[in-house]
Amino acid sequence: MNEVRVGVFVCHCGTNIGGFLDISGLTKYALSLPNVVFAKDNRYTCSEAGLTEIKNAIAENKLNRVVVASCTPRTHEPLFRSTCKEAGLNPYLFQFVNIRDQCSWVHMQERERATEKAKALIRMGVARAVLLEPLEEIEVEVNPCALVIGGGIAGMTCALSLANRGFEVKLIEKDEWLGGTLNSLYKLYPTHEEASKWIRAKIEEVKKNPKIEVLTSSRVEEVEGFVGNYDVTVRQGEKDRLFKAGVIIVATGAETLRPVGMYGYDGKTVVTQLELERMLKEGGVDADTVVMIQCVGSRNEKRAYCSKVCCLNALKNAMLIKEANPDAQVFVLYRDMVTQGTKYEDYYGKARETGITFIKYSPERQPVLEKGSVRVYDEFLGDEISLLYDLVVLSTPMVAHPDSADLAQKLKVPVDDNGFFLEAHVKLRPVDFATDGIYLCGCAHWPADVGESILQAYGAASRASILLSVGHVKTEPLIPVVDEEKCSGCSLCELTCPFKAIHIEETEKGRKAKVIAASCKGCGACGAGCPQRAIIMSHFTDEQLLAQVIPLAGVMP
Amino acid sequence: MTLQRNFEPDILGFLCNWCSYAGADLAGVSRFQYPPNVRIIRVMCSARVDPTIVLEAFIRGLDGIMVLGCHLGTCHYMTGNYYMERRMKTAKKVLKNVGLNPERLLVDWVSAAEGERFATLVKEFTEKVRKLGPLGEETDLELQQLRTRLFAAKEALAQQRIRWLVGRERELAEDKNVFGEKVSQEEFDQLMLQTIEKEFAKRRILLSMGEDALSVKEIAQRVEASPREVLKNMVSLERAGLVSVVGIEGNSPKYRRAGG
Repeated sequence: MNEVRVGVFVCHCGTNIGGFLDISGLTKYALSLPNVVFAKDNRYTCSEAGLTEIKNAIAENKLNRVVVASCTPRTHEPLFRSTCKEAGLNPYLFQFVNIRDQCSWVHMQERERATEKAKALIRMGVARAVLLEPLEEIEVEVNPCALVIGGGIAGMTCALSLANRGFEVKLIEKDEWLGGTLNSLYKLYPTHEEASKWIRAKIEEVKKNPKIEVLTSSRVEEVEGFVGNYDVTVRQGEKDRLFKAGVIIVATGAETLRPVGMYGYDGKTVVTQLELERMLKEGGVDADTVVMIQCVGSRNEKRAYCSKVCCLNALKNAMLIKEANPDAQVFVLYRDMVTQGTKYEDYYGKARETGITFIKYSPERQPVLEKGSVRVYDEFLGDEISLLYDLVVLSTPMVAHPDSADLAQKLKVPVDDNGFFLEAHVKLRPVDFATDGIYLCGCAHWPADVGESILQAYGAASRASILLSVGHVKTEPLIPVVDEEKCSGCSLCELTCPFKAIHIEETEKGRKAKVIAASCKGCGACGAGCPQRAIIMSHFTDEQLLAQVIPLAGVMP
Repeated sequence: MTLQRNFEPDILGFLCNWCSYAGADLAGVSRFQYPPNVRIIRVMCSARVDPTIVLEAFIRGLDGIMVLGCHLGTCHYMTGNYYMERRMKTAKKVLKNVGLNPERLLVDWVSAAEGERFATLVKEFTEKVRKLGPLGEETDLELQQLRTRLFAAKEALAQQRIRWLVGRERELAEDKNVFGEKVSQEEFDQLMLQTIEKEFAKRRILLSMGEDALSVKEIAQRVEASPREVLKNMVSLERAGLVSVVGIEGNSPKYRRAGG
């Protein structure tokens, strides 16, 4: 085995560290530590000059471990790792020591104690660095086929987007026909185009595309495998079909809440917006006075979210009623009208101009349905009024599809408190799941209108096509390694892992845990719970962690 | 132990990369000041922290340990912090068996946006440990006795029986087992407590024996337990092949650790 030769670089970060810690003291201390053969301070280690010094020192001093004591690994570890790589050193032989964000910046009035702490941190870093081992990134081939689950507007758009880029697509739809929720809609806001005409054209386009295979009356039964190599069993009618897919897109949509037991809902004179939509489609409503109630079953304790599309949808349907029958009286009882953006605020204005009456109610004093009339406390009038009605229309929220939880479990992806699929990051990764190779779009994600669903579908297709066109994927080698001698095949690790990245296989030596490197996210939860302590976590081994467990008293010479 | 003057507690924090470590960084970026008693070790997920590592830290003389993760429900790895919480709950119970105040182990949640909260947590925890005093201050134990007990506790946490129970807690207490039975949380906690006590007692016995051949009575004196309790544990240890009977003196068998 080669001699371990550590180089330590202590960064001033201008005055950010240098102004609060004794840098020359730290550098001298670093040089006194076991295995450290080189130590130097830099004005800015991350500058071109600093990086060159690291590279030169690696070559001149035959360094095989590099420690940088500076800002934080969360921003600068990738940079220093690639510097090591350029100098021919395996990037996993680099160790960061955080002496700025977690030392100089938080102990600005205590130079002496902060310097002492920084020494201890450097000692901890060096102790771990000595035990680091070179690791190689893991490369996995990607099967150039996408599986899209859900044949509504989001799923179809996504499928077309991918097929037009030249990739094979399997489009799975649970119903007998494509189209999803759009099949039940009449006209779309804000243009009042007919949904059916438009969706029919989309369906034709999908069916004609030679790259897309459509499977209707189908459900996903089982999902095995990992990014680039998913094995999906789809049940179509009685028979099972097995597909290989590199990526999976979830576009399963949502349902509209049926307000059973609310406001005397009966589907005849008290209906939902969706049912009104069907009535309009089939020739209009026979009602001179229509009362719409917003936020029925949403923005309450049970369902805290705003379904977002109901305000605009109510505006549209109210306008369509007025269009067909200008003498009709339409009341919209609302809590807050949500019509954001440059297009929709105008749309709301237009609705007001047609003579639709808007009445604000508060959640504390909800409208009450009485025989033939709706009693409501008007927040602006400051009084209670009674509205005679021919038809009451309830705006109910979109709710998660009841099958979502089951599908989420099969795919090993999360759902939120409301049962909608949960993305990897609400702002930064809106159409990705935390699991690589699985994406989402449309109302499966959260209530969205047609435009948004299409936008998300484009996004998901674009994200998925990165993997499909590159053809392979690299993952970090921070994976568990199973000691088969110790492993008893108890399967606790399999139960622990939310990513299906470790499972039990029959081997010649009996049942043993096997790691699927491409699926592993590197958390280490399996190892820290293993009853036999048979799992070693690469780059975060027990030894590497324990090397850092040094009491302050043991640090000072 | 006697109280040290101007005692400055020595604390290590294990922080997950995605939330709590980022929160600690944000405390820095925002210049929220806190005492320099805490040093941070970064792990990718708080679930990486094996409870035996926490015990080892106490053995090495740390006065307090913080294990911080993402808020429940927001774990970067979806469920890691739940596992950490259960494992640390067990570590706290073991610390209690040792005689230490389990509050020397802090389990909490800090998001990447909670720099101020992190600084406050460190301040409060440092104060708490300062009041508790140096490790073992709350016990009547000599340093060596304390270390032996901590060592027994660490060994207990390395035993598969406890690790298995911790790993299965959610399944056992929340779902039904294969026989359709459900264990209540209270029943589970009771079972856990008994298992910890038993494993801890057995590890203490093994550690106290050293290389000596001893009777139950002699062992009982060493571990300050009743001979009756010790006998029960000796039978179980013998069955597990960890001790063997090496002779009889009068009516009582003499035991020695097997295999060295």
